[in-house]
Amino acid sequence: MLYRPGSSAVHRLPAQVKIVCALLAVVCVVATPRTQFWAFGAYLVLLAAVWAAAAVPVGHVARRAVIEVPFVVVALVMPFLGGGERFRFLGMSLSEQGALAGWNILAKGTLGVLVSLTLAATTTPRELVVGLQRLHAPAVLTTIATLMLRYLEVIAAEARRMRTARISRGHDPRFLWQVGATARGIGALFVRSYERGERVHLAMVSRGWTGRMPDGGTTAGAGAWLAGLTPVVLAATVLAAAVLLR
Amino acid sequence: MSDGLINAPVSAVFGAVAVAGMAAAMAGARRDLDDRTAPMAGLVAAFVFATQMLNFPILPGVSGHLLGGALAAILVGPWVGALCVGIVLVVQALVFADGGLTALGANITNMALIGVCAGYGVAVLLRRLARRNRPGLLAVCFVAAFVNTVVASGGFILQFALGGDPAFSLGAVAGSVLGLHCLIGIGEGLITALTVGAVASVRPDLVHLLRGTARPLELRTVPAAPKEA
Repeated sequence: MLYRPGSSAVHRLPAQVKIVCALLAVVCVVATPRTQFWAFGAYLVLLAAVWAAAAVPVGHVARRAVIEVPFVVVALVMPFLGGGERFRFLGMSLSEQGALAGWNILAKGTLGVLVSLTLAATTTPRELVVGLQRLHAPAVLTTIATLMLRYLEVIAAEARRMRTARISRGHDPRFLWQVGATARGIGALFVRSYERGERVHLAMVSRGWTGRMPDGGTTAGAGAWLAGLTPVVLAATVLAAAVLLR
Repeated sequence: MSDGLINAPVSAVFGAVAVAGMAAAMAGARRDLDDRTAPMAGLVAAFVFATQMLNFPILPGVSGHLLGGALAAILVGPWVGALCVGIVLVVQALVFADGGLTALGANITNMALIGVCAGYGVAVLLRRLARRNRPGLLAVCFVAAFVNTVVASGGFILQFALGGDPAFSLGAVAGSVLGLHCLIGIGEGLITALTVGAVASVRPDLVHLLRGTARPLELRTVPAAPKEA
């Protein structure tokens, strides 16, 4: 998982504050004109300050940012394909528009992923759902989301048990060849998880489930909002400067 | 789809479309969703979540993946299905940093609204076939999932035409996105057919599309054996 346990001020901030902060910060990044290169550096410095405050090592975030690779790998091809004016770099003829477009996606995509990772590293999935509940997301949504997060582990455990059962019956799983067996078992996996989920549901009903998740969150005071939105204020300042200085 | 691919105004417009669509889905889901079906919705969402983890790069900032919209629509109905896919996208963006936060509106519009509508529309049109026998049901699942995938990628092309970077030629983008999604659609069709087929053979009461087809219990009485004299 992406969560990194800790007790820093960032960890202790109510989740709803962090969600709003992350969302607004990404909006600032996306709205920044792409030729204001320094602004993206400033956002990165801002993020590094948050990591320092949260005691999250850079390596933790960097390793998990690999998830972004499929998104941006093609950005590197852009300078070769784009049209418009061309310039020479290291003996290659590159398209200026293409290079800018590739840079735009690379920079904004990477910063977006880093912001989300920072949120995920300092907030558990359960807290995030409580935060959404606190932000007045409809109860239907938060209930399904909570059940989904619980079911993910149920399904993973059930899949592990089915794999063990296959191995103990003489199946010899190798890297890619076990995909076939897994695919054939996917329907059975679904039905078994569902029936398990049904039993869980009955257990929940007998323990007083009313269709709404208990709210374990804390109210965010003015101080928490003020502290939590400081990075957003700084990001907005960078954005304003980038737009005005263009 | 990641951040920065679609410009801010178009992102905002599709964010509004997504909010409106999810509100409509919630209103519609109120009829379908009781405390017994909520776990089913959670499970379908978890399954969709797992299938969406497989990513293939297409363009910078765009990756193709299985969508699960047709699966959700056939199992839990269009309203709850759209909610499930939408929730998956929100959680993926918040918890797993997969898909940009500002692109969330566009992503929800494509996969949760357009995709689920298209998949369910096909499934309803072919409902008669699906209810006839098992091969029919599997074929309908396959076609619905395929159409869902390709039409959802069409939604992306529309957004890209409105707010994408003019440095890309739209024709090339449309070609590569549609081409890849035809391939993904085949994989998606297979997984949907396998899953729905398995559920339908064990618990047909759980498949929304088959609702109301349960055969009444048939009582076969054996004529009493003649008494031995």
